[in-house]
Amino acid sequence: MKAAFDVAIVGAGPAGISAACILADAGVKTIVFERGEYPGAKNLSGAVLYGYDLARILPDFAERKCPIERNIIESRIWYLSRDSGFSVGYRDAALGTERKHNAFTVLRAKFDRWYAEQAQKKGALVVPATVVVDLLRDSRGAVTGVATGRAEGEVRARITLLADGVNSPLAVRTGFRLEPKPEQVALAVKELIDLPAAVIEQRFGVSGIDGVTAEIMGGVTGGMDGVAALYTNRNSLSLSVGANLADFAATKIKPYELIEEFKQHPMVAPLISGGKSLEYIAHWLAEGGYDAIPRLCGDGYLIAGDSAMLFNALHREGNNLAMASGRMAAETIIEALGRDDCSRKALSRYGERLAESYVLKDMKKYRRFGRFMHHHKELFNEMPRAASFAAREMLTVNGVGKKQKQKLIMQNFRGEKMSIFRLARLLWQGWRAVK
Amino acid sequence: MTVKIEDKLFLDRFKVDEESHLRIIDGEICLKKCLQQSCLYLCPGNVYRLEVDRISVRHEGCLECGSCRIACPHLNIEWRFPKGGYGVSHKFG
Repeated sequence: MKAAFDVAIVGAGPAGISAACILADAGVKTIVFERGEYPGAKNLSGAVLYGYDLARILPDFAERKCPIERNIIESRIWYLSRDSGFSVGYRDAALGTERKHNAFTVLRAKFDRWYAEQAQKKGALVVPATVVVDLLRDSRGAVTGVATGRAEGEVRARITLLADGVNSPLAVRTGFRLEPKPEQVALAVKELIDLPAAVIEQRFGVSGIDGVTAEIMGGVTGGMDGVAALYTNRNSLSLSVGANLADFAATKIKPYELIEEFKQHPMVAPLISGGKSLEYIAHWLAEGGYDAIPRLCGDGYLIAGDSAMLFNALHREGNNLAMASGRMAAETIIEALGRDDCSRKALSRYGERLAESYVLKDMKKYRRFGRFMHHHKELFNEMPRAASFAAREMLTVNGVGKKQKQKLIMQNFRGEKMSIFRLARLLWQGWRAVK
Repeated sequence: MTVKIEDKLFLDRFKVDEESHLRIIDGEICLKKCLQQSCLYLCPGNVYRLEVDRISVRHEGCLECGSCRIACPHLNIEWRFPKGGYGVSHKFG
């Protein structure tokens, strides 16, 4: 096979398929390669998706029977110690009515498959079970297509879009992106817990298609810089926990033991009680932030989504950045093909589009956030312990006066090697990292 | 806490290629030079196990995250994607 296409896309995830939809709509001859048995077979996220960016590509996604699990009307944030925890949440009826589909949960194996089908309906060719092992180049080094793992599997294309995810040996092999360092990714493991819809609705206080998310931080990652999450699906709960890979290496904590311990936490156990695990999977999160973003395009190629390290760790946003970047890549490609100019210069409009959009603006805003979290391990150790001690003391009625309790709390605070100065520095640096 | 990783991997769908997509480049380095042996701990599928004379690689249970490759202190692991359609297939994702 030495067929020629206008555009070859590596990876049928949110970035690649978003681009394929836009390109196919414009009549651009597009082929998408997916290494999994089907689109979504290798993909993992929490998984919360955002309607805004999806609607920019498929305005009628709901009518197209998008496999939505639950529409999120409440977001909780938990700050846990090993055996206790604080919870705040925001529930808003408007998120179920006029702002419906702002955020909803999906199962990626179902969603990505459906999404790829929409691109196919528009005319893009999606080829699963095919690994792209290398890129074709001309004598000047411009990318002219892809080489697949199949016999005679070279496919020429005028432009190639790399949307092959955060773990991309291809990007590394071609030098278009450096191999991430362990501290630039988080390793997350996820389990899907089977529970009847009625049980989920009762435990989370929702009905119909409404759902709840909980983002979880503190003493549930074994002192490592990490987060956990608990999301409601229709008939299951998504449970994930992840931490910086460098921290995993340093602590020798085993990921499968970490998630098992998390499942036994008193805030989590009652919610998943009686549920059976259906799946256990693992993936990286691109946590390198703004400074880890590679050059976004060159002669004949562009990079989008996780492969370009586009991920906002603070706001659990990744799929939407993938969709937005895929869309902007496609818009740039359409212009370039129209002018018959596939050079780096012509494609650099892609980087400008991203810079003008919320994608790079948000990543720039939070560029210090990753380093802040990584260098303030007290957020995962001393702080949740001290905060829990204080709450437990204040809530225990045992004849000890409150002034005395305050003293005990301060003593404990100092025992954790915390001080007002250290706390102030934490708050100040935290503010600087997100302001 | 002891967790049997086999119980977790049993939940997953794998299409196993007989040929391994993971390879330790130089086994000597693992035993003689590598103090951390990070692969034994951080792999979510517990693919790497310490045997008497080597570190064994059970590629059948690889979840394809890539962690072993970049966390190996000696970059001593050759890591490819499994052949198209092979390896883990997420049922739910």
